[in-house]
Amino acid sequence: MWCKAHLLAQLRLFPEQASAQAAPIDALYWFLTIISTVMTVLIFAAVILFAWKYRRRANAHATQIEGSTKLELTWSIVPFLIMLVMFGWGAQLYFAAQQPPKDAMEIFVTGKQWMWKVQYPDGGREIDELHVPVNRPVKLTMASEDVIHSFSIPAFRVRHDVVPGHYDSLWFTPTKTGRYRLYCTEYCGNQHAGMTGWVDVMDERSYANWASGGGTGGTLAEQGQQLFQQFGCATCHLLDQQGRCPILRGLYNKPVQLENGQTVIANDAYLRESILDPNAKIVAGFEPNVMPNFKGQVTEENVIQLIAFIKSLSPTTPASQQGPQQRPVVAGAKAPAPGTAKSNRPATPRQQ
Amino acid sequence: MADTITPVGHEPTPEVTHLRHHFATNSQQLDASMLGMWTFLITEVLFFGGMFTAYAIYRFMYPDAFASTSVYMDVILGGTNTAVLICSSLTMALAVRSAQLSKNRNLVVFLILTMIFGSIFLYIKWLEWHAKWVEHLVPGFNFQYHEPQYFHHAQILFFLYFCMTGMHALHMVVGLGLLTFLLVQAIRRVFSAYYFTPVEMIGLYWHFVDIVWIFLFPLLYLIGFRHGNAK
Amino acid sequence: MATLAYGNPEIAAEEVNYLNVEHGWKSWLFTTDHKRIAVLYLISITLMFFVGGLMAVLFRINLLEPQGVFSAETYNRLFSMHGIIMVFFFLVPSIPATLANFLIPIMVGAKDLAFPRINLLSWYLYVAGAFLAIYSVVRGGVDTGWTFYAPYSTTYSNSYVLAAAFGVFVAGFSSILTGLNFIVTVHKMRAPGMTWSRLPLFVWSNYATGLIQVLGTPVLAITLLLLAFERIAHVGIFDPNIGGDPVLFQHLFWFYSHPAVYIMILPGMGVISEIVSCFSRKRIFGYNFVAFSSMAIAVLSFVVWGHHMFITGESMYTSLAFSFLSFMVAVPSAIKVFNWTATMYKGSVSFDTPMLYAFGFIGLFTIGGLTGLFLATLATDVATHGTYFVVAHFHYVMVGGMVMAFMGGLHFWWPKITGRMYPEAWSKFAALIVFIGFNLTFFPQFILGYLGMPRRYHAYPPEFQWLNVLSTAGASILGIGYLIPMVYFIWSLKSGPRVGPNPWGAAGLEWQIQSPPTTFNFDETPEVTEEAYNYGPLEEVVG
Repeated sequence: MWCKAHLLAQLRLFPEQASAQAAPIDALYWFLTIISTVMTVLIFAAVILFAWKYRRRANAHATQIEGSTKLELTWSIVPFLIMLVMFGWGAQLYFAAQQPPKDAMEIFVTGKQWMWKVQYPDGGREIDELHVPVNRPVKLTMASEDVIHSFSIPAFRVRHDVVPGHYDSLWFTPTKTGRYRLYCTEYCGNQHAGMTGWVDVMDERSYANWASGGGTGGTLAEQGQQLFQQFGCATCHLLDQQGRCPILRGLYNKPVQLENGQTVIANDAYLRESILDPNAKIVAGFEPNVMPNFKGQVTEENVIQLIAFIKSLSPTTPASQQGPQQRPVVAGAKAPAPGTAKSNRPATPRQQ
Repeated sequence: MADTITPVGHEPTPEVTHLRHHFATNSQQLDASMLGMWTFLITEVLFFGGMFTAYAIYRFMYPDAFASTSVYMDVILGGTNTAVLICSSLTMALAVRSAQLSKNRNLVVFLILTMIFGSIFLYIKWLEWHAKWVEHLVPGFNFQYHEPQYFHHAQILFFLYFCMTGMHALHMVVGLGLLTFLLVQAIRRVFSAYYFTPVEMIGLYWHFVDIVWIFLFPLLYLIGFRHGNAK
Repeated sequence: MATLAYGNPEIAAEEVNYLNVEHGWKSWLFTTDHKRIAVLYLISITLMFFVGGLMAVLFRINLLEPQGVFSAETYNRLFSMHGIIMVFFFLVPSIPATLANFLIPIMVGAKDLAFPRINLLSWYLYVAGAFLAIYSVVRGGVDTGWTFYAPYSTTYSNSYVLAAAFGVFVAGFSSILTGLNFIVTVHKMRAPGMTWSRLPLFVWSNYATGLIQVLGTPVLAITLLLLAFERIAHVGIFDPNIGGDPVLFQHLFWFYSHPAVYIMILPGMGVISEIVSCFSRKRIFGYNFVAFSSMAIAVLSFVVWGHHMFITGESMYTSLAFSFLSFMVAVPSAIKVFNWTATMYKGSVSFDTPMLYAFGFIGLFTIGGLTGLFLATLATDVATHGTYFVVAHFHYVMVGGMVMAFMGGLHFWWPKITGRMYPEAWSKFAALIVFIGFNLTFFPQFILGYLGMPRRYHAYPPEFQWLNVLSTAGASILGIGYLIPMVYFIWSLKSGPRVGPNPWGAAGLEWQIQSPPTTFNFDETPEVTEEAYNYGPLEEVVG
């Protein structure tokens, strides 16, 4: 039985549909395939028919025909109209794929030659493995430590390049539990073919079990807070009063007035840039060259932790309860070193 | 152009007009050369266009850092060079005119003047590059910057500065080589009202290189004026 | 199907022609005759084709096993050098530098190209570029892919990027000079009576190609130069660590390389127009539309480059515009296919080898073009980008299209170039083998691509193995299909039956002069009085 199933899996001609996006994209794919097949068959048929019917033995003398503007216009305009359908349909699905729902669960992915590092909001970390619950929209925010990568899950029909210096994102809603392959699809060097992994789509209960396995370093925001202390950020970025540097409480996603008159939104990209290259955008009323450059000192994963911490500083939290304090933070504890373990949690849900 | 071709009474031989075997007439040969040269200059526009595109994008992204570099750009030397190049274009145009009028002695004189102006340009360019080296402004080799907040982005500008002025200077050097070739031929009295195609072609090239500089000068030297930090 | 007398026993002694007018290596290396330069190019690009092809065979062998047969380093260098050699040293010069170089002056009724010495210079530049590329192979190769994407190529790769990039840079100038020569020749060297509307479509398509070469290639040149500076100085404009943008490299690169895709297909379309009308003995259906569509493709090719960056984070609206424009460029391509097909209607079709290749071209290019629509459609591009679907698509266009057309054109004009015929049966057999081998190699890759197999992987999940085995089997058949013509063409040089000026009974100035032509093509400048493809009954013209 296993052998037969195995053989069938080997002979697969079409990928599994395991996300909400897969079926609509496949519908478009089939539309394109059918149109293409019909066109190919028509042209092949016409070529074979004409070649045979008017072969020289049967038809020694050709009839000269100049052409026909009517025909030319027909076979320009009709295909063009069909292509407009393809264009509109494709654009509609593409636009939807660019707009993650507000309630999507956010997971962070960092590409590094040649592995995918995954960080969960609760502080859990994995390499080349991604665990998600079924039927819940998931948004991946992705960064690269080095070259351009591309994150791809064929069974979900999603893919996005991960360009260094940017945050890129994609989202999907898994609809079928199981394990699906993920790949890097932008050539990234020697072990490009090794930059693969698995997405584990779990039902709600298994996912809850798995998630309760928990990280050891606290939530992502807590890890960020540790880094915030460790790098001495708190000496200038005072949490409740104006220090030498801007207050970070309540900053996230709010407009910031800059020294050069521009206004920017303090989103992930802005915060990332301000950590790695503080002089790039100086906030109005502050001096340049106060904050050291953290490029090379913090990894992309650290930046994600720090941003999570800044996000967690809600403007309403009283001073005494600043930051995420749900779990005690071990003073001086270091963020787990990247790459020390393939995963710090079991790949399968723990048996209770 | 009525006085361009002085009638001599009989048709000049192909030796005099340098008509090559595969052309039917002199005017066909000249037309072909002109079209070829203009096409070549279009490729040159696109060649420099790649760098201008990069410049435009980064200037849009980092306007302050780009403006801050003006402190190091010597407007006096750059302006002098602009004037020198404009003069060289004038002498080049006069050289072409002399060739068309068969005034060989004037042709030689104007070619030499053009070459002198070209050499002055390159010498001044060399002085500027040397100053950049002394001031530690060569990206990838000794780059330091007085305003640390602009370190990275100013480095992009200086990278583009060296690429653009370097490519321009390389074109100047090639131009001087071509002018030397013209000069040798002019001394040998090759050119006349019947045959001046090379002078005209190389003249076009020289004007093109000149025009590139006319764009480079304001884009590299004058961007800080609005910000009041030009030298 | 032999409807025409191939061999002509009456031509016993050889007349003076461009091949035998002078002897010795100097007469070749210092020649300014466009026909001799075309032959030099033909030899050079054939060598590069077999070097690039050998690499393809090797990495197809690697892909027989899911875990790979060679190391990742070896595989990465093989596919990168395959791409670089095939694109820049075979496909780009393939038809323009050989067949068009040989034929354009003759077709417009001129003695040579406008700038014969620049034509020779372009061959030397090509050879210099090819040597640099081969040097980088010998030193250990490049592993960046043919696209040289930053920052991998500028900062991370430790292979011989500089030599290869410089080789491409130099070869680029060879391509620019060829294009420039064609443009000027078509504008200024046409014989009396050869109006624009009487130009053979092969000239039209190469003129359009020339425009792309002249306008696109300089941008590639400066992009590679900036890349080289960046790699040398370890600082530059593509490095995200100093605020540079690696995506800018992609924009500059594809601004050339997408139009370059049309450099690699337009000349092939020109060849097919000639062959289809000759072997249907009919004026091409809708001459104006076919000619105009070449120009439309050339113009539109410059505004579609952004479709390579649909998933690289360009804005949705940018993507929307590039998607729409990419569909636009499909229209003139479709017009051509329909017109070739319609040309055969009520024609008198014969199945000589060039026509077999033309059939192959029409079929494979149709599939290649239609699968391009999957990549122009935004949502399906997301699902197929960076997979074997893309590999299959562009091989259908580049190999199924351009190489088919090159082979067809070579067979069509071989008697004109050499004055001798190739063995008919063998050539038909080889055409069939190429068609079968090609489809077996690349069709499975469409399926692999939608299943999700990424390109440029030296190892892959085991469920993809059977399709890869099919593909490798096809590749070996395809390889044999290319070796057979190599052998019989060489044989034909010495022993092929001699032919007269016009073995096919074809229309066009090139068929009215002797085979092989004399150095200056025409004894006196021809006077053109009729339209192109003025085909009458066969008996009157065969000579």
